[in-house]
Amino acid sequence: MTANVTIRIQQADFDIAQEISALTEGRTDVGAVVSFSGICRGSEGGETIAALTLEHYPGMAEAEIARHADTAMSRWPLTGVSIIHRVGRITPGENIVLVLTASQHRQAAFAAAEFLMDYLKANAPFWKREENAGGTSWVEARHHDDDAAARWTKP
Amino acid sequence: MKVKYFAWVRERIGKAEETVEPPPGVRTIEDLMAWLAKRGETYAYAFETPRVIRAAIDHTHVKSDAAIAGAREIAFFPPMTGG
Repeated sequence: MTANVTIRIQQADFDIAQEISALTEGRTDVGAVVSFSGICRGSEGGETIAALTLEHYPGMAEAEIARHADTAMSRWPLTGVSIIHRVGRITPGENIVLVLTASQHRQAAFAAAEFLMDYLKANAPFWKREENAGGTSWVEARHHDDDAAARWTKP
Repeated sequence: MKVKYFAWVRERIGKAEETVEPPPGVRTIEDLMAWLAKRGETYAYAFETPRVIRAAIDHTHVKSDAAIAGAREIAFFPPMTGG
């Protein structure tokens, strides 16, 4: 069977259970599903965060995520990948991103999910603006996100 | 060619996109940033530290020495913070 691939960028929240069902429904070759959810924190470095607003580059964001999904499928024997990234205003406790990877065995699903998140953080064109007591400010990129993505290209 | 700006690059310039026609001497992403920076104060502010700005040509990440010939859409933005 061909792999199920879902890529969506949306304002609305997602239902994790429903997304997992969509990956496994009608097939008996899935032995493992790994789910990663990125959630909006209520504080950062001791500062309270009221909300995040996510901006993206329409067209490129979808293309970049699709490229990463293709790379993951060429590296691991996956039966499916779902990546959903929200945009717009998101308050603490709300979901931001979902990565699901399905495979016959857990190792591939775990590795691919981690690979996808590391690559999305460093390469997918999304930007977060933070609302806090002092007003709003753009979240700065972290070097360790680039390092996390780079480790997958080491021999 | 169409040029798009995102996040604080967009805010500093005050627009999300525009169509520009750089002269023939503007060959690379680096050249284009230097040329755009001379368009006014808002541009100079946006491109004051070009090494921190990332670029994409036709939806693909490129380095600052990439040639812009034939590009339909070039985007400038800060390092990404999604996920």
